Amino acid sequence: MAIVETGSVAAAAPAAATPRAATRTTWARFKPTVLALIVPLLLLAFWQVATTQQWTRLIPTPYAVGEYMIDFAVGGIYDDAYSATLTTHLLASMSRVYGGFALAALFALPIGILIGRVPSARMLLDPFLQVMRPIPVTAWLPLSMILFGLGAKSAFALVCLGAFYPILLNTIFGVRSVDPKLFEAASMLGCRGNAQFYKVVLPAATPSIFTGLRLGLGLAWFVIVVGEMTGVPEGLGAVIMDGRTLSRTELVICGMIVIGLAGYLSDRVVVALGNYLLRWSPNHHG
Amino acid sequence: MAESATPIVEIKGVSKVFQLQDQTIHALSGANLSINKGEFICLIGASGCGKSTLLRIMAGFDQPSSGEALMWGRPIAGPDPSRGMVFQDYALFPWLSVRANIGFGPAARGLGAAEVKAIVDKFIDLVGLAKFANAYPHQLSGGMKQRVAIARVLANDAELVLMDEPFGALDAMTRERLQDELLDIWERTKLTVVFVTHAVEEAILLANRVVVMTPGPGRIESDNGLALARPRDVASPEFNAIRRVLSAKLHSHHGKKAA
Repeated sequence: MAIVETGSVAAAAPAAATPRAATRTTWARFKPTVLALIVPLLLLAFWQVATTQQWTRLIPTPYAVGEYMIDFAVGGIYDDAYSATLTTHLLASMSRVYGGFALAALFALPIGILIGRVPSARMLLDPFLQVMRPIPVTAWLPLSMILFGLGAKSAFALVCLGAFYPILLNTIFGVRSVDPKLFEAASMLGCRGNAQFYKVVLPAATPSIFTGLRLGLGLAWFVIVVGEMTGVPEGLGAVIMDGRTLSRTELVICGMIVIGLAGYLSDRVVVALGNYLLRWSPNHHG
Repeated sequence: MAESATPIVEIKGVSKVFQLQDQTIHALSGANLSINKGEFICLIGASGCGKSTLLRIMAGFDQPSSGEALMWGRPIAGPDPSRGMVFQDYALFPWLSVRANIGFGPAARGLGAAEVKAIVDKFIDLVGLAKFANAYPHQLSGGMKQRVAIARVLANDAELVLMDEPFGALDAMTRERLQDELLDIWERTKLTVVFVTHAVEEAILLANRVVVMTPGPGRIESDNGLALARPRDVASPEFNAIRRVLSAKLHSHHGKKAA
């Protein structure tokens, strides 16, 4: 029995690659990188011009920030209280980001599945959560400090809160929007009742759940500065708050750049993981 | 031999009424049909004639509003592996490979991994997809997806295969090839097939019996046994004579509607 459905109608492709075609493929390979760098480089140029022309005296030049970044990372230039402390602060923030994120996932996944699959759970929890959702993490800061005290526990709770809603909402959406045909297909193949939850609902919901986890982790990085406004001594957010208090703008900018890069790298890892786990899904390639 | 006496499926006075907001829709009205083991039945008719509703009742996805649907004399209470459905839009599990899709039913029945593998190997060969065993549905063409859908139903030991316009979304060449393959499988396995289509030609090509249905309310207009020898030739005068008769029956309700 043949496998190919329809005859090949396409005309033969141009035989050998001409030099022009070679240039085109080189360009195609580097185009994403080149385009991605244009906006940051323009911003950097603008920053350079603005600071050297002294349009503002409060922001250090890119060079000064770069120099400070090296000192922040490995020390040896200024040797002040922040020299060579980047790793410490980064690890402290990472532990809160990933810890808070994991805690958020631990709550949001089962609650989301429950709301998505059980109508009475939806009626019970959905209105409450919809009212709580618009309250920003910043607004929770004072209450969190009263409830969890000054320090790491509060930071942890705020990060967790920030990551909670995207995971919850995408999980609900994922388990609710399973193609009804798949339930019929499963039941005519002999998979009924609760078995359908594991064999149909969960796998069908994984792309949405994954999107929720990705957004949640992004938001965990996003709220880390607020989370570390709770009086923790270490962490990138703490560094930024210290920098503000001490009027050390270069410290603030260094903290911002590190958060941006760490959040970006963390997202790339998650995307790579998703591309592998969801390789069956045609529309899930980040 | 008792099997040949009892029809595999019996539809007795089946009606189906849907409530759509404040409208009552008579999808199917007083349908009677008896199907013997090994038959290839085509249900044919315009949209709204109740052919898909009748098929879904046979599958057990819907229950009749009145009358009864029986398989081997027992009421059809719900979906069952003995009645496999092939959907127009395939309804494959996108997260499972071709192999795992075909093995879904056997695995759900609790068979061991080795048994499942043996069954999958057999049916993957039957539909000619051995090279694509580890591909995911989104990597397959429509015709290949429908082959997987057929294989997964056969792998589940279905006695009755229900097909809801299975080739409707395929291009003409692929459709012809799959029609041939389906007939080939039917002749070899002696399955019972109920095949819904709106194409007269497809029905005459495939069926032993063509059941013509008409809409408003959906009902069975006539039940036509076809005595044409196989393989059937679409261009032959006999084929065209039948086509003319069935087309006329198919459009018989137009006059009544205008009245």
